[in-house]
Amino acid sequence: MLRLTLRNLAAHKVRLLMSTLAIVLGVAFLAGVLTFSHGLDRTFSGIINGSTPDAQVRPANSTTATEDAARPGGGSEAMLRPEAIERLRTLPEVARADGVVQGAGLYVLDTEDKLVSSSGAPTLAFNHTGSPNLLGEPMLELDLGSWPKTEKELVLDGATAEKAGYEVGDAVTLIAPQGETRRKATLTGIAAFNGGGTAGAQLLVFSTAGAQELFTEGKDVYAAVSLTAAPGVSQKELVEAANTVVPDGFEAVTGDKVVAESEDAIGDFLDVISVFLIVFAVIAVIVGAFIIVNTFSILIAQRSRQLALLRALGASRRQVTVSVLFEALVMALIAATIGVLAGWGLAHGLAAVFRQAGLEIASDVLDLTPRTIGISYAVGVFVTLAAALLPSRRAAKVPPVAAMREDTQPPARSTVLRTSVGLVLLAVGLVLAAMPRIGIPEISLPGGFEVPTSPALWVGVGAGVSILSVAWISAFLGRPVLAALRTVSGLVFGMTGKLAGQNAMRDPRRTGATASALMIGLALVSLIGVLAASMNASISDVVEEEFKPDLIVQSPTFTPFPTSIGDEMEKVEGVATVSRSQVAQAVIGKVDLQNPKKNEPAFLFGVDEDMPRIYDLDVLEGSDDVKPGQVLITEEAAKEHKWQLGERIDLTFRSGRQLHPQISGIIAKTQVTGDITVRIEDLVEAKVPREDASLSILLTPGADPAVVHERLDKLVADRPVVAVQDKDEFAESIKGQVNQLLYMIYGLLALAIVIAVIGIVNTLGLSVIERTREIGLLRAIGLSRGQLRRMITLESVTIAVLGAVLGLALGVLFGVLLRDALREDLTSLRVPLDQLAVFMAIAVVVGVLAALLPAIRAGREDVLKAIASE
Amino acid sequence: MSLTDPAPREIAAQAIDLHKTYGKGAAEVRALDGVSLDLYAGQFTAIMGPSGSGKSTLMHCLAALDKPTSGEVVVGGRKLGRLRDRRLTALRRDKIGFVFQAFNLVPTLTAQENILLPLSLARRKPEKGWFDQVIDTVGLRPRLDHKPSELSGGQQQRVACARALVSRPDIVFADEPTGNLDSTSAAQVLDFLRHSVDDLGQTIVMVSHDPVAASYCDRVIFLADGRIVDELAKPSREQILAHMADLQSRAMGLAPIGEDA
Ligand SMILES: Nc1ncnc2c1ncn2[C@@H]1O[C@H](COP(=O)(O)OP(=O)(O)O)[C@@H](O)[C@H]1O
Ligand SMILES: [Mg+2]
Repeated sequence: MLRLTLRNLAAHKVRLLMSTLAIVLGVAFLAGVLTFSHGLDRTFSGIINGSTPDAQVRPANSTTATEDAARPGGGSEAMLRPEAIERLRTLPEVARADGVVQGAGLYVLDTEDKLVSSSGAPTLAFNHTGSPNLLGEPMLELDLGSWPKTEKELVLDGATAEKAGYEVGDAVTLIAPQGETRRKATLTGIAAFNGGGTAGAQLLVFSTAGAQELFTEGKDVYAAVSLTAAPGVSQKELVEAANTVVPDGFEAVTGDKVVAESEDAIGDFLDVISVFLIVFAVIAVIVGAFIIVNTFSILIAQRSRQLALLRALGASRRQVTVSVLFEALVMALIAATIGVLAGWGLAHGLAAVFRQAGLEIASDVLDLTPRTIGISYAVGVFVTLAAALLPSRRAAKVPPVAAMREDTQPPARSTVLRTSVGLVLLAVGLVLAAMPRIGIPEISLPGGFEVPTSPALWVGVGAGVSILSVAWISAFLGRPVLAALRTVSGLVFGMTGKLAGQNAMRDPRRTGATASALMIGLALVSLIGVLAASMNASISDVVEEEFKPDLIVQSPTFTPFPTSIGDEMEKVEGVATVSRSQVAQAVIGKVDLQNPKKNEPAFLFGVDEDMPRIYDLDVLEGSDDVKPGQVLITEEAAKEHKWQLGERIDLTFRSGRQLHPQISGIIAKTQVTGDITVRIEDLVEAKVPREDASLSILLTPGADPAVVHERLDKLVADRPVVAVQDKDEFAESIKGQVNQLLYMIYGLLALAIVIAVIGIVNTLGLSVIERTREIGLLRAIGLSRGQLRRMITLESVTIAVLGAVLGLALGVLFGVLLRDALREDLTSLRVPLDQLAVFMAIAVVVGVLAALLPAIRAGREDVLKAIASE
Repeated sequence: MSLTDPAPREIAAQAIDLHKTYGKGAAEVRALDGVSLDLYAGQFTAIMGPSGSGKSTLMHCLAALDKPTSGEVVVGGRKLGRLRDRRLTALRRDKIGFVFQAFNLVPTLTAQENILLPLSLARRKPEKGWFDQVIDTVGLRPRLDHKPSELSGGQQQRVACARALVSRPDIVFADEPTGNLDSTSAAQVLDFLRHSVDDLGQTIVMVSHDPVAASYCDRVIFLADGRIVDELAKPSREQILAHMADLQSRAMGLAPIGEDA
């Protein structure tokens, strides 16, 4: 039996290779994603560990350093004086105490004066102190040159220097947040974090004086202190000692705690990336499973005579099942092995893509871990065996007498049970997806579980159940579609078209399973398409409704910019009003000293008197004309904090200052401002440094918008971080981000479609082999090679179009339902008919491509085989 | 065409010094070893011979299904040697009809669709009168909408015969068309073929090793070891049997064993 199994494998090398490919791709994707996530994890954890000192003195209440760096406006305003550091330094537990100066809003321009993009990853600008990390190694490694000594020198990371085209000794152009905004500094060296790489972050390292000139207006103050423990002193002892001399408003924390906080913060982000990628890997594996089921079913149908002979010769049912499963196991092991190796390659590919996007991942951390290998093999083997189980059971059912029968076609299998169960499941899926419309029941389940209330989750689960049940009964649901397609292709292509349509209907289950693989991919693609189109439409609506100024000035990365820009713009001819708005952070309500975790700061908006006049806010209570000492809140904020009109609220800023503005108006949720809006004057009083987050510009009547736009563009030409946008540009820039994500998802789903194509190639290839004699007969009685190729291509297209019809129908249906569940954010529904047409066209192309190989193969077949293969 | 021939006949197909060898060196098999043959229009010709004598090979070469190693085949006045696949396909579709021993029909099509298949492939309409005549001769009118799986073996072969005739080919080739049938069904098929020659004026060449089948024919050609060894005109069953026995004894020890048809 074993030998027979191996013989079978060897005999069907090519056919099995094709179905193996489906598993290989699925496993490769999975292994690649796991390897990549692991590498990402290690990259970040290496950097975090390598750049954290034994202990840190930092403003109390601040969470992580990265957040401060990213949010300069809301960052700590309290600074440490040199005396405080000196006091720390004299402690016996302290070996070193180095003041840290850091800040944000600093940008590097390349040699052509263009902004060096860091797309997402932060720009880390700070002073070099030489303090060691908690492992006793230097935090930064100098790859080239020397550390900056004067105020006009700096060190960059290698990637940034290369992108910008600078070499050591060159003058680097910088855009600074304060003072003289455009300045030059000499590049004295290239550095990286200890352990290599920066994970995409841009490093700008200055001398302490240089950093102070940039970030503290030249004052000798520090944002934090890195402490190094004296020999034999633990982190804990170091922190206890430091806390005795740390000034008010600051705290000393252990390096381990800083590492844990940083890893927590970055971990969420990394989890999002890896879950996102793993979802697509799982989709690929599911699609691959369909192909395995199908291939085994076909192979067993074709081999039923041989199996019957075995049974007639005395093989038991069990032996037949086991031999088929063993065949699957061998196949799975081979596929998983190739898949794991390919996955390793894929991880490097992903890393390259992310590197392009600015997220540097060292390739030496992209190793195959035992965990990755284990999971990949387990998934590959499990999925293959599970997929082969049904066909293997069917194989065992072949009666011995079938060996004697002329036709090897298996008897028509009853599909009534399957269809009924599938229809019931489909109904369940549809009801689940429709629940948010019907109304989600609030029942608590035994064991304290609550019925989830997220409408999107209901739709998602319903969609999953429905798509899989449609795949399961695709033979039944596909019948009318196939009949229609047969009629169409018969009308258009005559007899060849009709034959192709008939062939596709010959074994509806086979056709259905093949089409299902494509269906899943296209269902997801069109679902995402509907959501993205709706999102774009909603953005258009919101912008149309809320964008009232003639122009808006803001940074594409939402970083604040100096008020001088607005000052200059006010002087530009044609500009009537420049309305400012600023974003700040404050703790809302009473500060809880016992439980500092509760004092998470919230964002609040500062506006000037013009803002309510320019924008058309939807005032529910009071007035939107917010005055100093007053606050404007949204309905949501009122609900959340149980605030009433006329009430005073407590805001505590990082500076320690407090405000108690009175609620003067309640407005509906808007994109124009946040939940809490005060006047900029109040922020100034609370010692929040003035910066602008956005400017809303009104033109003087009669001014040519294009001309003014151009003037303003010129004004910010050397400020690449600030963009002037009119309504359309503004909408487009937001949509651009949506579309970027959309294309990324399409790219990931493309793999599922590639696997589906392999499935079609496989099914067609097997069908062609099965029909060798029939094809020979057709050729003998006058079917030309071209007609034969057309017939096979049309069959392939029929399968693909069936998948597309089912997929697009499901995708649109659930896209619409999901949009409905998310209608708070996706205010308008848009079904992108043009995109759906493109998907349909892609399906046809997929069909044509999938038929290439089988058609060529069939065309080469000898006419005589029909007669000779007696 | 000798002058003694009462009615001079048109040649439907012609083989000129056909050779066909399979394999090389020691394994070389001469399936055809210099066959020259004229097949006359309006005649029912049988090709007989022991198993392995080259009957099928000859027929495949004549029917443009296979290419001879050397020699020339002419069908409907056209030499096949130089034709490319596309022309050969068209020739098979329009000028030649086929009936094989088994597996003659496309299982997904009805009897009628199968019969009309060569015409549909050429995107031609059937001549209504001719189609009716063929259907009536074959006696299948009530079965036209049935799928092959719903027809008996004999009915299937008659459908195959009807298909071979429907495009009014110059010549119909049948390779052991009754090989898989019981004697009653075989008789029906042979009757039909005989009728189509006599009443419809068709030209049929049939490969067979069944003397009963051959006795329906106007002319019987005997093949042995890839050569034409004899020929009989309008023979009786007994004449054929006698000839076969004669050939068999001559071929003893030379013909390969264990081959059927
Ligand atoms: N494709 C082939 N390859 C090798 N030898 C072949 C092939 N087809 C036929 N032959 C050989 O050619 C000879 C004639 O075969 P065939 O024409 O089928 O004989 P018949 O139909 O008279 O039984 C036989 O010896 C057969 O083995
Ligand atoms: Mg033969």
